[in-house]
Amino acid sequence: MLEIFVLVEHRQGQIRDLTYEMLGLGEKLANQQGTSFAAILLGHDVKSFAEDLATRAPKVLVVEDENLKNFNSILYQQTLSSLISKYQPCLLLMGHSALGMDLAPSLSVEMEFPLATDCIGLSFEGARLKATRSIYGGKVNASVSLRESKGYIATIRPGVFSPKMVGEKKGGIVMESSPLQGMVDVKKFIEYIEAPITGEDITQAEILISVGQGIGGPEHIPLFEELAKNLGGTISCSRPVVDRNWLPKERQVGISGKTVKPKVYLAIGISGAFQHVTAMQGSDTIIAINKDPRAPIFGVAHYGIVDDFQNVIPVLKEKTKSWK
Amino acid sequence: MNIAVCVKRIPKTAEADIFIEKDGKDIKKDNLVFALNDWDGYAVREAVLLKEKYEGEVIVLTIGPEESKEVLTRCLAMGADRAVRIEAPSSSDGHLIAKILAQATKGQSFDLILTGVQAEDDGWGQVGVALAQLLGLPHASIVTHIEVENGKAKVRRELEGGIEELLEVKLPAVLTIQTGINEPKYVSLSAILDAEDKETKEVGLEEIGFTSKAPLDATIDQVSFPPTGKMAEILKGTPEEVVGQLTEIIKKKKG
Ligand SMILES: Cc1cc2nc3c(=O)[nH]c(=O)nc-3n(C[C@H](O)[C@H](O)[C@H](O)COP(=O)(O)OP(=O)(O)OC[C@H]3O[C@@H](n4cnc5c(N)ncnc54)[C@H](O)[C@@H]3O)c2cc1C
Repeated sequence: MLEIFVLVEHRQGQIRDLTYEMLGLGEKLANQQGTSFAAILLGHDVKSFAEDLATRAPKVLVVEDENLKNFNSILYQQTLSSLISKYQPCLLLMGHSALGMDLAPSLSVEMEFPLATDCIGLSFEGARLKATRSIYGGKVNASVSLRESKGYIATIRPGVFSPKMVGEKKGGIVMESSPLQGMVDVKKFIEYIEAPITGEDITQAEILISVGQGIGGPEHIPLFEELAKNLGGTISCSRPVVDRNWLPKERQVGISGKTVKPKVYLAIGISGAFQHVTAMQGSDTIIAINKDPRAPIFGVAHYGIVDDFQNVIPVLKEKTKSWK
Repeated sequence: MNIAVCVKRIPKTAEADIFIEKDGKDIKKDNLVFALNDWDGYAVREAVLLKEKYEGEVIVLTIGPEESKEVLTRCLAMGADRAVRIEAPSSSDGHLIAKILAQATKGQSFDLILTGVQAEDDGWGQVGVALAQLLGLPHASIVTHIEVENGKAKVRRELEGGIEELLEVKLPAVLTIQTGINEPKYVSLSAILDAEDKETKEVGLEEIGFTSKAPLDATIDQVSFPPTGKMAEILKGTPEEVVGQLTEIIKKKKG
């Protein structure tokens, strides 16, 4: 029986949410294929994780090794390729995340399993895997066929699939022996570096005026600052604005920045990439101003204005002057 | 310190009207503006900064049609020393791209091979890490900082939630570069003119000894506009009218 494997993602003592989303997808695909799915847990001292996962998966395969304490793609790859050779799964799911992006392509080459990355949909046509991917900045979806193969790897976009809830039956926990022979010296984990706590805390703001690359340049920042003052709000931004030094890092909303849930999120000149959207879609009210009617941000916003921000923001600023 | 940087020419789609080709397999590109992939721009800049610090040579490579030359010229203007264009039809199969790049770079004494984390257009994020595996080299992806000492690179990788990890990777290695790793530098017109004098080699697949006829791992069957499920309520009217509605909404929602 060819199973579906789901690679558990955990970091600093916590299972990451994406794991549960992948288990949800893994179950759905397994049902479709008349097969089963298993959570693959690699780590050190991960007993409690295994217990948790067993409430959501029929089987948990665990490899315990102190060298697997922190993620290292080479050690993960060695462990996974040995598990794959043993169990011959038809599909391995992992996150389209810092972990999956560092591991899936090299494992795919080694195993000769075709890879589909950043999937927002997956299905089997017979034994062949088909993926849906969002491309061209989210403006177009592509249906992709992977070549015939005995196994596939897919990385899954976070926040797309419904998480697997705790089930009634408890799955079995299977301890696998570690194939690792110590550390490797070509790639070594040294330490985590936490973001310094400085400046404005955008996660506390009730109103965020969030600006993207579409504002064109730092010369427009003062305009948004004035607007923020009028509204009693705070300025935040998308990643390119930080990359280009128009605003400091602590203002960045997104998967590699901060997750925010203000009462009002005003997105100006932000296209709506998933790395941005997953971290602000919990806001009470989202308003997008973008000159492109097809910008994906309008798919998550509650209200939209299709226009150049330069036509709208100065008027809004004037009109809200008296609010201060 | 010899560094190869793999780059891609991509269509800019964020502000453009998008149309789908008749065969349904891609978008129409003749109305689009093309540019150097944003991530690759940071990679080229990083290579040039490393060269300034540790000496050596920076070579940029691209796979693509004649038009891709313009992005190579840009890379040369940014400070790369020479460029190679590998003539091949464009492909959305990241594994194939990685195999061609592996063939073009193997056996040459690069200390580092850099790519962008991903391409802006199809965002597979696959080529750099696959290339490392094909070459038998260690890699690190989503890199935000590089320091080289004693045949090793100390690199920072970006994780989720503002956290990074510090790693040590033995050289030679492949690193995929994240945006924001450095400060982009303005490229002057005179630098672009000078770049035209630098060497750009054009080679075919046979010339680099690439003969694989293996089937593609991935093929696009069809592209389509995403289903318009939940959509924002679009406020309409003159800017004054729109702003009128907007202020009402903000007033109500901010409580
Ligand atoms: C590993 C990784 C991590 C990432 N982490 C993050 C993250 O934490 N946060 C994040 O934001 N991104 C992140 N990104 C980047 C993300 O993929 C996108 O590239 C980014 O979010 C795009 O930013 P943007 O919307 O501001 O710019 P663009 O995508 O360039 O969009 C600009 C928008 O502005 C509009 N526009 C242009 N001019 C005007 C005008 N005059 N008036 C109105 N609208 C206008 C355009 O129509 C367009 O929709 C990450 C990427 C990777 C690979």
